[in-house]
Amino acid sequence: MNTPVNEPNRVGTALIALAKREFALAYRQRAELMQPLMFFLMVVTLFPLAIGGNSQTLQLVSGAVVWVAAILSLLMGLDRLFRDDYIDGSLEQLILSPTPLYAIVLVKVLNHWLVNIVPLLVISPLLALFLNMTPAMYFALILTLLLGTPTISLIGAIGVALTVGLQRSGVLVALLLIPLFIPLLIFATSAIDSASMNLPISFQIGIMASLLLFSLAISPMVIAYSLKVSQN
Amino acid sequence: MPILAAQQISCEKQDRILFQDIDLIINNGELVMLKGENGAGKTSLLRILTGLSAPTSGQVYINSHSTQLDINSASSRLVYVGHKPGLSGLLSATENLVFYVNTSGQAFIATTEILDTLSHLGLDGVEDLPLKNLSAGQQRKVGLAKLWLHKTANLWVLDEPFTALDAATVVLLEAHIEDFLQKGGAVIMTSHQASNIKHQSRELELKYAW
Repeated sequence: MNTPVNEPNRVGTALIALAKREFALAYRQRAELMQPLMFFLMVVTLFPLAIGGNSQTLQLVSGAVVWVAAILSLLMGLDRLFRDDYIDGSLEQLILSPTPLYAIVLVKVLNHWLVNIVPLLVISPLLALFLNMTPAMYFALILTLLLGTPTISLIGAIGVALTVGLQRSGVLVALLLIPLFIPLLIFATSAIDSASMNLPISFQIGIMASLLLFSLAISPMVIAYSLKVSQN
Repeated sequence: MPILAAQQISCEKQDRILFQDIDLIINNGELVMLKGENGAGKTSLLRILTGLSAPTSGQVYINSHSTQLDINSASSRLVYVGHKPGLSGLLSATENLVFYVNTSGQAFIATTEILDTLSHLGLDGVEDLPLKNLSAGQQRKVGLAKLWLHKTANLWVLDEPFTALDAATVVLLEAHIEDFLQKGGAVIMTSHQASNIKHQSRELELKYAW
């Protein structure tokens, strides 16, 4: 029995294997993955119907509508992040693997972002048409979604990790997390607002980027710690 | 140097003291059988020994690494088979084990070897089915295949490993445990069945305390 080699490349192998597994799992539950996306699409579609043909009003609320719908649909998909792994015991095995848990959760969160949010970004030009957005507003929307949604995934994963041991934690997670997304919402809608008046948006974008970097630095550790506590 | 050393560990759950001040040292080639009634705290003790749960007080060291301070090093030569399978029901047996091997920190293991192990355990023909379509016993076997595929492990922590297994597999697993002990590995396990492992063993009895 020789001593195990725990070089960085072993960690790399493990993380690549994890990413592949996550993609395979996502692909096999693609029907379930579509649900938040369809929810998002439908909520946004309801607004033009409710507000009517007044394109001016529609344009005014468009940024807020997309952002609120995005937050709600992301919360729907988020509670699946660690649930299955917790139930079938894969989480135990991942905690007991030689790869640091914060790296594992970072891969899982990034993967979740890729499979849940990138499709949302892809269909967003359609929504811009629905809501009568100007090109400048649409550009601001994409930029805020690109910077804001990973932050939602990272912060949201903390809430999910904390409640993973509870049964039916969906609404509780939403109640815990929605207040945390208020700053994001304020800066995002303010950026889209400024864009609609052709004002610079670099201030709001800068704040959102710093929020993203901050959560990227802090949340993997917090998620890993929460998951460990959930095992007690 | 002992493989596992637990010092003064206690566990308290919902104001009930499960056990107190347990000292346990497991050396190379030692088999420890953990005994006790249902609810005595066997699973809790095993989870504390692996580092999954934190003890209320006390320290556990595996291969001289503290399980609380450095769980990644402590568990790098550990195989834990608990009540939960640790396998994803949507992936096939092969996919699950390829993932396990790649995340266990070992050198590369060829897929053919994984297939050989599965066939050794009598799982021919179901390697590529999603695991949720297999029977409970077959799923259990896939979980136990980790004991064949972790080449560098020197400690196995097994929680009721014989549950749901057929007689032939029980014999196979017992032989594999004997072989592992002979090569210098250490095993701590619980089992309600009488064991036929032909190796000197030590018993640790947990009393049901209220």
